[in-house]
Amino acid sequence: MIKSILIIMLSSILVNNFVLSRFLGICPFLGVSKKVETALGMGMAVTFVMVLASIFTYLIQKLILVNLGIEYMQTIAFILVIASLVQFVEMVIQKTSPTLYQALGVYLPLITTNCAVLGVAILNIQSEYNLIETIFNGFAAAIGFTLAIVLFAGIRERLEISDIPEVFQGFPIALISAGLMSIAFLGFSGLVK
Amino acid sequence: MNLFKIIKNGIVDENPIFTQVLGMCPTLAVTTSAVNGLGMGLATTAVLTMSNLAISLLRKVIPSKIRIPAYVVVIATFVTIVGMLLKAYVPALDKSLGLFIPLIVVNCIILARAESFASKNTVASAAADGIGMGLGFALSLTLLGSVREILGAGSIFGFMIFGEAFKPAIIMILPPGAFLALGMMLALFKKITTGKKNKKAEIQSAS
Repeated sequence: MIKSILIIMLSSILVNNFVLSRFLGICPFLGVSKKVETALGMGMAVTFVMVLASIFTYLIQKLILVNLGIEYMQTIAFILVIASLVQFVEMVIQKTSPTLYQALGVYLPLITTNCAVLGVAILNIQSEYNLIETIFNGFAAAIGFTLAIVLFAGIRERLEISDIPEVFQGFPIALISAGLMSIAFLGFSGLVK
Repeated sequence: MNLFKIIKNGIVDENPIFTQVLGMCPTLAVTTSAVNGLGMGLATTAVLTMSNLAISLLRKVIPSKIRIPAYVVVIATFVTIVGMLLKAYVPALDKSLGLFIPLIVVNCIILARAESFASKNTVASAAADGIGMGLGFALSLTLLGSVREILGAGSIFGFMIFGEAFKPAIIMILPPGAFLALGMMLALFKKITTGKKNKKAEIQSAS
C-alpha cells in the first residue's frame, strides 16, 4: 500500500510532471510566474483546490454517476464541482490574505479553467485509483505543479535583467526556458517503471 | 462588420495562438504530429462554433451574475457530444488525443470568445467568429504539428519525406520539443509582424 502510494507520488511529481511532461496547467504556468512569491501563492491555491477536487470528483463518480449509469455526464459534473470549489477558495483567500488575493488577481478565478485540476480528476478515474491513492495523486500532482512554477519563476526573475534579443522577449524566451527545464525533467524518466 | 472579415480576423489578425497566446495546453500536448494537431484543431472548432452559437442565442436569457457557470455548462455539453462522436467514428484519433478531448472544456479560447464576443453579438457573427477563431487555432496547431513531425520523425501527415539516411531529432516529438518549437515559432512570427510594422512606419514617415 505504502509502496504503491510512494510510486504514484514520485511519478506524478517528477517523472510525469504535470506541467513539463503532461502539459496541464500551462496558462497559469506562463501567466503567474513572473515573481517567486506569487508563483508560490498560486501553487498553494492550486494544491488546495486540487486535493479537494480529487476527493469530491471521486465521490461523485463512484456514488452518483456510476450508480445511475450516467458516466457520460462526467465532464459536465466535474467542471461544476471544480467551479464551485474555486469560488469557495477565492472567498477564503480574500478573507484571510488580501495581499495574496491581489497578487493572484484574475488568475484565481481562472483556476477553474486550469486544465490541471480537471485533468487530475479525470486521470484519477481513468487509472482506477482507490480513494486514498486518489488523494495522494491529487496532492502529488499539485506539488509537481508548484515545484515547476516556482523553479520557473526563479528563472524568469533572472530573465528580466538579462539582455535578450528583441524578438525573443516575453513569451518566446519563456517557452524556450520551459523547454530546457522540461529536458532536465526528462532525466527522471525511468525512475519509476 | 461583415462575416468574412470576422472569419479572417480570427485566422490572421487575432490568431489565438500566435497573437493572443491562449489555449496553450492542447497546443503543446497534442502536436506530436500534423494529423493530431489538425484533429484537435477541428474538434475545438466544432465546439467553439456551436458554443458561440448557443451562447449568442441565450445571451438575453442568461443573467449576468451567473453567466460564467452557464457558459461552462453549455461548453461542457458540446464537448461531451463531440467526444462521443469522435469515439464512435474516429476511434484512432480519439485514442491519440485521449485526455485532451474532455479538456477542451477548459480551453481558455472558448470561454474567452463566449465572454468577449458571443455574449455581445448577433447569432450570425458569433458563429462566424467561432469558425474563424477555430480555424485559426486549427491552422496553428497543424503548422506546429508539421514542424515537430518533420524535425522529430522526418515525415509529414505520416509520409516519409527524407529517405532512409535522415536521422530525426527525437527530442522534437518529446515534451521539451513542444516548448522549444513554439518558442522559436513565436519569435519568428514576432520578427515577421514587427518587420511589417516598421516598414509601414518608414513609408509613413517618408511620405
